[in-house]
Amino acid sequence: MPTNDDIGLALVIGATSDIGRAIALGLAREGCDLQLAGRDPARLKAEADDIRVRTGVAVTEHVCDVLDEDGGAGFAEALDPCPDAAVCVVGLLGDQQASERDGSAAQLVMRTNYVGPALLMGALAGRFEARGSGVLVGVSSVAGDRGRAANYVYGSAKAGFTAFLSGLRNRLAASGVHVVTVKPGFVRTRMTEGMRLPGPLTGAPEEVARAVVEAIRRRRDVVYVRRVWRAIMLAIRLVPERLFKRMRI
Amino acid sequence: MELSGWGRYPVVDCGTAALRGPEDLGGVLARRGTLIARGQGRSYADAALNRDLTLSTLGLGRMRAFDADTGVLTCEAGVGLDDILRTFVPRGWFPPVVPGTKFVTVGGMIAADVHGKNHHRDGTFGAHVEALTLATADGGIRACSRTQDAELFRATLGGMGLTGVILSASFRMQPIETSFVLAETVAAADLDAAMAVFEASHGWPYSVAWIDCLARGRRLGRSLVLRGAPMRRRALPAALAPRPLRPAPEGRVRVPVDAPSLLLNRWSVGLFNGLYHRRGRAHAGPRPVHFDPFFFPLDRIDGWNRLYGRRGFVQYQCVLPAGESAAGLSALLGRVSAAGQGSFLAVLKRFGPAGEGLMSFPVEGYTLALDLPLRRGTLALVDALDGITHAHGGRVYFAKDACCRPERMREGYPQHAAFDAIRNAWGAPRKFASELSRRLEL
Repeated sequence: MPTNDDIGLALVIGATSDIGRAIALGLAREGCDLQLAGRDPARLKAEADDIRVRTGVAVTEHVCDVLDEDGGAGFAEALDPCPDAAVCVVGLLGDQQASERDGSAAQLVMRTNYVGPALLMGALAGRFEARGSGVLVGVSSVAGDRGRAANYVYGSAKAGFTAFLSGLRNRLAASGVHVVTVKPGFVRTRMTEGMRLPGPLTGAPEEVARAVVEAIRRRRDVVYVRRVWRAIMLAIRLVPERLFKRMRI
Repeated sequence: MELSGWGRYPVVDCGTAALRGPEDLGGVLARRGTLIARGQGRSYADAALNRDLTLSTLGLGRMRAFDADTGVLTCEAGVGLDDILRTFVPRGWFPPVVPGTKFVTVGGMIAADVHGKNHHRDGTFGAHVEALTLATADGGIRACSRTQDAELFRATLGGMGLTGVILSASFRMQPIETSFVLAETVAAADLDAAMAVFEASHGWPYSVAWIDCLARGRRLGRSLVLRGAPMRRRALPAALAPRPLRPAPEGRVRVPVDAPSLLLNRWSVGLFNGLYHRRGRAHAGPRPVHFDPFFFPLDRIDGWNRLYGRRGFVQYQCVLPAGESAAGLSALLGRVSAAGQGSFLAVLKRFGPAGEGLMSFPVEGYTLALDLPLRRGTLALVDALDGITHAHGGRVYFAKDACCRPERMREGYPQHAAFDAIRNAWGAPRKFASELSRRLEL
């Protein structure tokens, strides 16, 4: 059985989110040392402390904002040591109606879900490629599989991120660097708090964490955390546009 | 959202919000009205309910530091006891005090200043808390301990969340060599015999008795006294020796639906109690028991509260001072037995001296806890029991109480005036309240 023995140090970007925190803990339980990156130093320290107490792995904290002007290049370059794997969990659901009314709200959603994460993954890819090894994991969304009225600003940004990861995977396939795209579906987190989510389609952050750990171990390409989502999104993609445009889903 | 405590009575429509870190405090405290913090909702009645705002602390789930030299764990208030056990038992550490369920949070254990089977030796959970941080009404975060804001610290141990929102705490864990308890059961024919066993068991770190509430007359107070001590590694039988610190098994049996409320009646409970008593006598003699079934037998049944039916139940728990215990307990048991209300679980426990929490429940003497399924007449019975407790100088446990009268509460808790004064000094009454505090005029 494949193991994660070759992943001794992993970077988690967006580590203070519910999913980021679960992924970090999941990797730590596999014995992986961690670099946790996030915007708020106090919250970063809280998560780092928790993982240290629970698992005893070495954890370093890195303040980082994917919206920085340099697109994360400086952050990626300064990381020392260079991690064996990097997981990006950065995301912002935003408010679809607000995004429709207000261009700056839409822009924040687009930059947070696409521009920032893509540039950062690109910058890390450069270092991984130079070394000739490593795993890059991008947490995208099933919402990126087809644009829907309910959340197309978020969905389009995730679609961009998904396409970026796909291209990156294609580019790096021969270099020894592996790229994983993870599409969680509904997850009970701060981001979805107060939303009515269908139980059988909704997972916990720990499920996403297990899927990520497993995907790194098995060098998977595209992972739907709950398998049912692959079928659902396939069906949604197959609906002819003529019909789809009148549907409310 | 409709919320209730573990007893599923009362049910109150509450405003809700979740606290994930200190960064959420400003918004929560700025809301109009009062609030109460709620962890896993294992207090039985209305202690963790506030119709204005019931604030979930389950997002405060991070452990912050552990000192393997001193055993001091610092963690956020929403960390569960089950989480602590899973994390630390395999490393050879055990919480200093555990209540009858592991599905409680650290914040809840401090707010109710919980006791366990070792109270006669080790006091309450609060006795082992070295420091805590509290969000107060002014929006500040206070670090309190026995040397810093000591009055606020004493008011918060057992203060039922009414001084502020507990955010984190540091407490001392105990080293253990194994995850097993050497346990034995002693059968006692009546109340006097049960109390005699307790008085002779001070040397045992853990003790508790289960009373057959339906036994009457000569057999009033017929009990099984369970006592135990942590097992040393060299005392483990060969079969258990390879994994001395094994964690609790994860599986739980689930109660899928509310039982019909007639399931637990005086005949079914009487039958159960009789069988249990016989089984207990047959199991006499010390044997190794894993800590999990020893401390948390009911946690194996997920949702055991549903066994009492949709209407829920009331748990009545009181303590009687040592000098009044014998007379008070016989009066209480006599009253319950006469009412013929099937009490599934009646638990008796010898308490050691009172601790420092101003509103903490335990005082030196005996505590009795009864589950009473909610039927017509149950609340009147509880009020009658309360009258007996009051007449014998006792008091009720806020984490269980559903219907105490305010004047009885005030007499039972003579330090309530000091508690009020500290709350007033910190501006707590305008921000922190619960349905319990409203009912008891706290």
